[in-house]
Amino acid sequence: MEDEEVIKKFLYLNRKAPYGSIYALESLEVVLIGAAFDQNVSLAFIDDGVYQLKKDQSTDGIGMKNFSSTYRALGDYDVNKIYVDKDSMDERGLTIDDLMNLTYEDEDDDYAEKPSISILTSEKISALMEEQDVILSF
Amino acid sequence: MLHTINKSPFQTNALESCLRFARSGHSVLLFEDGIYAALKNTRFESLVKSSLTDVKIYVLVADLEARGMRTDNIIDGIKTAEYGDFVDLVANNKSVQAWL
Amino acid sequence: MKFGIQVNEGPYQHQSSDSAYQFTKAALEKGHEIFRVFFYHDGVNNASSLTIPPQDDRHIVDRWTALAKEHNLDLVVCIAAAQRRGMLDEKEAKRQGKNASNLAEGFRISGLGQLIEAGIQSERLVVFGD
Repeated sequence: MEDEEVIKKFLYLNRKAPYGSIYALESLEVVLIGAAFDQNVSLAFIDDGVYQLKKDQSTDGIGMKNFSSTYRALGDYDVNKIYVDKDSMDERGLTIDDLMNLTYEDEDDDYAEKPSISILTSEKISALMEEQDVILSF
Repeated sequence: MLHTINKSPFQTNALESCLRFARSGHSVLLFEDGIYAALKNTRFESLVKSSLTDVKIYVLVADLEARGMRTDNIIDGIKTAEYGDFVDLVANNKSVQAWL
Repeated sequence: MKFGIQVNEGPYQHQSSDSAYQFTKAALEKGHEIFRVFFYHDGVNNASSLTIPPQDDRHIVDRWTALAKEHNLDLVVCIAAAQRRGMLDEKEAKRQGKNASNLAEGFRISGLGQLIEAGIQSERLVVFGD
């Protein structure tokens, strides 16, 4: 509490698909709460975690809350560094067109709307992981 | 950087993913069901052996022994660790990533 | 060094709470400080005072309580995860109109901000889960 100015690099690492277990939803809850702490936040989606960002989720038939719209709100919380592993996408036959269009308004660029998602090679994601101070895995 | 793996490589891809992202000089700790990746003669042995040129791999002896395995069954080059060594590994690396 | 610990799974079903306990104990024995142990997901069930394991088994809940007492540990259970899973302290049970509470001694229920704070204040955060 007394070191409120400390800014650390936080990475939320998501490797699990949504709905089959609660990890994706509860990870998102941590991200939303964490956004209030003004830390340097990134999200990485690798392995089955990439399925969390699939567009057109519709949960009516399973009676569970569709929380996918919450990802769209991340930009409003200044969470706009969302990294997706290209190999995980390729392995699953997915392209960026299969994912939700997540954006944020760049306040340093006259509030231009910009994409939050970057699809990166494993090499780049590795380098990113190495830079982090805290890695929260779900 | 320290990576921890607690899953059998036969059950999930945690080992394969971890080794895909781990960089030269990183350490990997195998514990809980992750210890099965440390054993000789599995279909993951060649993957683990080839990784040993870049990363240091440790196996938690308590979990190995609990599962009826012995340290002389582990792949050459993998180091053994007690819980105290696990603590040291965490302390000596800047961050820890759990491959759950 | 100051460590934060996160426990994502409940007792008995997975080994993660056991591993987290062994790690925490080893860290304390080596003279490290545990800033906080944060229980999330099904990990909140590690705090159930209604847990009754067979007599010849370890008592995971009591073991955390004892370790907390001995070392003055801060054992925090996530409130959102706890309420979903029927884990309440006395105050919250009263507030929600429930007729029972089940938070074991030595634990406290608080918000997710406590996890983020543990990440900020601790020099290392170690996650145990499934």
